[in-house]
Amino acid sequence: MSEKRLMRGNHTIAEAAVRAGCRFYAGYPITPQNEFTEYAASAMAKLPDGIFIQAESEVAAINMVIGASMAGARAMTSSSSPGISLKQEGISFLAALELPAVIVNTMRGGPGLGNIAPAQGDYFQATRGGGHGDYRTIVLAPASGQESADLTRMAFDYADKYRTPVMIIGDGMMGQMMEPVEFPEPVDPNELPPRPWILDGARGRPSRFIRSLLLDPEVEEELNWKLFRTYETITREIPSCDTYETEDARLIVAAYGTAARIAKGAIKKLREKGLKVGLLRPVTLWPFPEQSFLELTNHVKDFLAFEMSTGQMLDDVKLATQGKSNVHFYGRPGGIIPTPDEIAGEIQKIYHHQHLEED
Amino acid sequence: MTTKVFQRPKYLKDAVFHYCPGCGHSIIHRLLAEIMEELDIGERAICVPPAGCAVLAYNYLDIDMGEAAHGRSPAVATGIKRVLPDRIVFSYQGDGDIAAIGTAETIHAANRGENITVVFVNNGVYGMTGGQMAPTTLPGQNSTTTPGGRDTARDGAPLDLSEIIGITRGSAYIERTALHSPKSIRQTKKALTKAFKVQIKELGFSLVEVLSPCPTNWKMTPVEATKWVKNEMTKFFPIKVIKDEVGEI
Repeated sequence: MSEKRLMRGNHTIAEAAVRAGCRFYAGYPITPQNEFTEYAASAMAKLPDGIFIQAESEVAAINMVIGASMAGARAMTSSSSPGISLKQEGISFLAALELPAVIVNTMRGGPGLGNIAPAQGDYFQATRGGGHGDYRTIVLAPASGQESADLTRMAFDYADKYRTPVMIIGDGMMGQMMEPVEFPEPVDPNELPPRPWILDGARGRPSRFIRSLLLDPEVEEELNWKLFRTYETITREIPSCDTYETEDARLIVAAYGTAARIAKGAIKKLREKGLKVGLLRPVTLWPFPEQSFLELTNHVKDFLAFEMSTGQMLDDVKLATQGKSNVHFYGRPGGIIPTPDEIAGEIQKIYHHQHLEED
Repeated sequence: MTTKVFQRPKYLKDAVFHYCPGCGHSIIHRLLAEIMEELDIGERAICVPPAGCAVLAYNYLDIDMGEAAHGRSPAVATGIKRVLPDRIVFSYQGDGDIAAIGTAETIHAANRGENITVVFVNNGVYGMTGGQMAPTTLPGQNSTTTPGGRDTARDGAPLDLSEIIGITRGSAYIERTALHSPKSIRQTKKALTKAFKVQIKELGFSLVEVLSPCPTNWKMTPVEATKWVKNEMTKFFPIKVIKDEVGEI
């Protein structure tokens, strides 16, 4: 078993990626995730088969990842919000070409250049596809250093299993915070399951092509349905969430990533005061853990979506609860980090307004 | 006893080209297939075709191919080559692909000295989209987006992309050839062969720009288009070795 190490979030994901057998990283400098790229540079340099490229642009970086994935490597890139926008062309191509790859988004305040403070404004972009065309991206949202390490391993496995791009989404807070982490045993890239579809030269086999131009609408439609079937399988197999004090809860806060950490602190305090509140933290943002929400609607009539945005995951909470419960919202966009007291105040307000203290 | 003097190269599929009569792509495809066979690299070659008329190159070349987004081939090729350094990786790009939307990817792949080969087909227009102005459209030349012909004061001057690539420190071999005569086609094959040898010997980034006719979008007959390449294009884009850091190989 590996030792426990104290690491910042950006380093944790980069280290976990290398241990997952990732040997190709291409990236471009952008705050607040530069430590990620820097860590990848030195980690890859230490490996005989490690490849690190500082690309000329975010666009080039994602396209280098496409090439590396075509050639059969576990490949990744990372960036922050404005850079992720630039990568969307490539993410759409990864989806269309059914190529595995991992993309990390350390979200910052936006839109536009915004700022470099933690935010959660890219939820729609991440969970709705982001680039052009009819596709989805698996989105994993860790809320701690340890979970960052664990989900990074899963991200590469999911990408390979379903042949699809996977996004790990965090924010500047997650990226900078130092936490203890225990890493899983490293994976030898040569021991990974074979990829019989890669481009490595047509030696002793017919030549292959990997393409996304499908001029015949019927062929393109078939690709779309094929992707749809993959997304159906993913939706059936991997939705994941974490719950805290939900059994007897009368109000449940729905939050992910940093917002969930803050909410948990508030819920602890409120439980001490006797308020029956709990937390449902989606770990997979897409596929959204709809079933977990739906089951809770049996005894929970009030949900509070809490985000560091003006309300994006809120839509998914509403869809998942199917109108069976009230869905309230509290958010702080633009790079503001709400305090536990602030969210505790909001929870109390709703709790009393909805008369939840009454039996 | 009959002797076969001409046949389909091994790495060309048994398919009819969809290219227009007089188009240069089919000639270049054939040359590439011949070179793959002669240098015995067809089983370790990986081509990154462009967005444009030659996007369908996988219907013809019988080698591994991975399609890239418009202009991104050098970045995709970089990713493939870094993972599989003993394979022969080349991009096939048009003028709009390489000198407009993909300028950054091309210049930086060259400047990093990526050990890849670029086949740059310059026909002076966006062919697949119907003949719009390309970065290489000649001054005065008609296109669907330069009414009255390309006016350099209004539309800018053609871009000497290959010369720019030649300036980059990482590029090893850059040559411009044309397809206007049997002799120039033979020279094109020679240049392409050398470009692949540069890669085989791991000497760095190689690029061959081929001036190529597009009769359909130039609104000319194939014969007129061939003459245009010889008489007009080569005046602006001179046929020459732009950079040779490798010498005889």
